[in-house]
Amino acid sequence: MGWLEGQFQEEGFLVTTLEHAVNWARQSSMWPMTFGLACCAIEMMATGASKYDMDRFGAGAFRATPRQADLMIVAGTVNFKMASRVRRLYNQMPDPKFVIAMGACTCGGGPYYKYGYNVVKGVDLVVPVDVYVPGCPPRPEALLEGLMRIQDKVKGMKGFSKNQPVDVPIPSRTGYVQLPPELADPERANEFAKRTKEQAAPVKA
Amino acid sequence: MTSAECIAIVEEKFGSRMKSKKLDALDPFIVVDTSDLLDVCRFLRDDRRLAFDLLNCISGVDYFEPDPKKAPKSGFEPHVEVVYHLSSFAHQGQRLVVKVSLPRWKNDKAGELPEVPSVTSIWIAADWHEREVYDLSGIWFSGHPDLTRILLAEDWVGHPLRKDYEFPLEYHGIRGR
Repeated sequence: MGWLEGQFQEEGFLVTTLEHAVNWARQSSMWPMTFGLACCAIEMMATGASKYDMDRFGAGAFRATPRQADLMIVAGTVNFKMASRVRRLYNQMPDPKFVIAMGACTCGGGPYYKYGYNVVKGVDLVVPVDVYVPGCPPRPEALLEGLMRIQDKVKGMKGFSKNQPVDVPIPSRTGYVQLPPELADPERANEFAKRTKEQAAPVKA
Repeated sequence: MTSAECIAIVEEKFGSRMKSKKLDALDPFIVVDTSDLLDVCRFLRDDRRLAFDLLNCISGVDYFEPDPKKAPKSGFEPHVEVVYHLSSFAHQGQRLVVKVSLPRWKNDKAGELPEVPSVTSIWIAADWHEREVYDLSGIWFSGHPDLTRILLAEDWVGHPLRKDYEFPLEYHGIRGR
């Protein structure tokens, strides 16, 4: 439940700012647009599927229309022919809207930087980008990390009349992964490695 | 039938109208003149012994060395070629390659595309292949029903797979490099 825990001073009552409550609702239902352009889309699909399960973050409802989407994950190479369509789809999205540039191609041209005559050298030349997720393609974990950065940005949004975040908040999560207890310190990690190696050894007949 | 036997049949029919042939290549090919292309192709499709009823692909090849220092050693005169890969359903495994050689620019004027007759009237599959060759290699297929760009945007300038193609610096306000 996150921030709701321990917040109930009296039964059924909760004191918070409206801004906080709205931002909480907003960050927990970032609906991305189905927007796979190239190979990164496969990783995006994997992120949305059961193993990585983007729905945990409330961002699993991929919409087939920009009118219902809050987040555009530009997954794949954008070429000049597509650029005008990307911009139009971005303009069709309702405010507040966010863009993740997923993959090397959308971050800055990627492998097509030098000899790609028809590739846009970074989607930020076409639409404003909030979060860059580098990689070729990025792993699903990286995309989830990018999504969490977007959520941090939403958390810091102020003022209902203004559409964009006023100031960029300091990220509360760093992507640090806590190791399981058997790998926490080197001694136990050695022991664990030894044990798994023994288990994996073939049985002598 | 092997490709060599197919070429023998074509040679018997067209004789000296076939400009050259190469039998020891991996894919044996014949070279014909642009004016003879349609006749040869129709013969290849309609002859009962050959029956090349499938056009696998059309390729445009640009023989050009943009570096003037390397140009004398390149081993070819600047020209473009259109390559037709044919095979047959009626005779399984029977294949043949037909090539047409063209000048890089019509009348040696840069920007005027060289012309070759379209084979869409013989193989309908040629439609999109010819559009792609036109789009990327800059070869005009006269008699094609709708020769427009197929991959790049309609207002694109130039043909990117030409060796002397210059990359666009910007496209509709988007920086190109």
